[in-house]
Amino acid sequence: MAEPLLCVDNLVRRFGGITATDNLSLEVLPGELHAIIGPNGAGKTTLISQLTGQVHPNSGTIRFAGRDITRLPAYRRCALGLARSFQITSLLPDFTAADNVALAAQAHDGHSFRFWGNARKEKHLREAARAALARVGLEGRADTVVSQLSHGEQRELELAVALATKPQLLLLDEPMAGLGITESARMVALLQELRREVTIVLVEHDMDAVFALADRITVLVYGRVIASDIPASIRQNEEVRRAYLGDQQAVTRHG
Amino acid sequence: MSASFNARSGLAALVVTGLLLLPLYTSLSGNVFALTLFTRIVIFALAATSLNLIMGYGGMMSFGHAAYLGIGGYAVGILAQEGIGSGFVQWPVALAASALFALVIGALSLRTRGVYFIMITLAFAQMAYYVASGLARYGGDDGLTIYKRSDFAGLINLSNRVSFYYLCLACLLAGIYLVWRIVNSRFGLVVQGLRSNEARMQAIGFPVNRYRLVCFVISGTMCGLAGALLANNTDFVSPSIMYWTRSGDLMVMVVLGGMGSLFGPVLGAIVYLLLEEFLSQITEYWALIMGPLLLLIVLFGRGGIMGVLGRARRG
Repeated sequence: MAEPLLCVDNLVRRFGGITATDNLSLEVLPGELHAIIGPNGAGKTTLISQLTGQVHPNSGTIRFAGRDITRLPAYRRCALGLARSFQITSLLPDFTAADNVALAAQAHDGHSFRFWGNARKEKHLREAARAALARVGLEGRADTVVSQLSHGEQRELELAVALATKPQLLLLDEPMAGLGITESARMVALLQELRREVTIVLVEHDMDAVFALADRITVLVYGRVIASDIPASIRQNEEVRRAYLGDQQAVTRHG
Repeated sequence: MSASFNARSGLAALVVTGLLLLPLYTSLSGNVFALTLFTRIVIFALAATSLNLIMGYGGMMSFGHAAYLGIGGYAVGILAQEGIGSGFVQWPVALAASALFALVIGALSLRTRGVYFIMITLAFAQMAYYVASGLARYGGDDGLTIYKRSDFAGLINLSNRVSFYYLCLACLLAGIYLVWRIVNSRFGLVVQGLRSNEARMQAIGFPVNRYRLVCFVISGTMCGLAGALLANNTDFVSPSIMYWTRSGDLMVMVVLGGMGSLFGPVLGAIVYLLLEEFLSQITEYWALIMGPLLLLIVLFGRGGIMGVLGRARRG
């Protein structure tokens, strides 16, 4: 078996009396699409935020590409090849789509303490932006201001921004959130293509999408991993069924 | 979009031409007062332009920007008092002192956001104000008279009204050019991205506070230059130049002219100081007229004068 790309070990994060992440361990292998599912409040977004460094764990370790990144600030992790998309669309609303993506490319092209030249005229940044936009099918909307884009287009732009940072690992927090049926289908098709190029951790509520895409699925309930396996086994798992049928008593008593 | 853009750049061109030709008018008409007034306006326009860099483009609402006017002014005044009259020493010291002050208070203030940032920058500026009030050797509360303007070894004579005016105007235009280059550079895009969405900028890999701090220091240094000019203009520097109401004036100029527009602060400074001048001639209670006027502009003319001329943003 290959060395895992991401290795989370006994991660704990408490918010006051609530344990949002409870002794969580997880491995993501290079090249796989690893889905994380769980009921609302299971701690999925908290986990993603700890992986990208917006939230710091109380204990436990996170290793990425063989390196301990538990205490690394967010921007350093990003430089190592960790990119995220946000559950609630988080872009630069008063910039154009191309600017949004070009800035992501710029972030990975040395420091930005350059005060003189016109950044919008730097060919390789604009080229990188065009390429990433084309990748998600937004090439025609490059010069549109983000606040004028539809919700679906903004979700796709989120992905383009993440891609422009040339990530090794893409953390997608509910990329399908708020999308209609056709838009969802487009997003699934897009992820089918991207998974060939980059390792993906996918947090998603849309079970059809998850089972269609995932190599492996980890199920979280109350911040704890109750199962981590291939989709077929997850489907059969008694505990997972109980969690999703709402009988959470059985789950909390466990362990 | 192009029509409104033309209206804005047309107005900017008109204002610059007017400012360039002003000494011609004053020498023909003998109206020396206009030159004095506009020298002051141009200096404040430079200060407002520097504030616009952090406030309009960077989204950092500094309520202590007048501190740099004082630091630049006191650098000139104190050195003059100690017998160092050369502008080649005074001005670099003024810039360096402002930069250092901005670096220190920026490093501390930029840990906070929103209202706290406004309050902490205000607090630091007030500290500077009280320190200046306590400088007994340099006049304390009463301020410090500067008996001789900065000496540039025959290169330019600051005591000549017209030369001094053109020096101030050159500094203003250079300041605007600098801001224009910065705003469109890689650095400028990062700073504007931070105004727009900090979490996003962090997530794509920018160490955000470093960029903010550098922007803060550039702005403070530029305002320190305005302070050095102001001290030479009035031949006097006192703590009141740093008082929080001065910082408020600068903010009003930026908002009035149009935050985040290149020439907005210049228009803001012109309108604000002209209104102040003429309203105070009409009535002692000029602030009673000025207040509602500002309110109207903020309520109905969002984006200031430049905003009224067109919603279109550059770039």
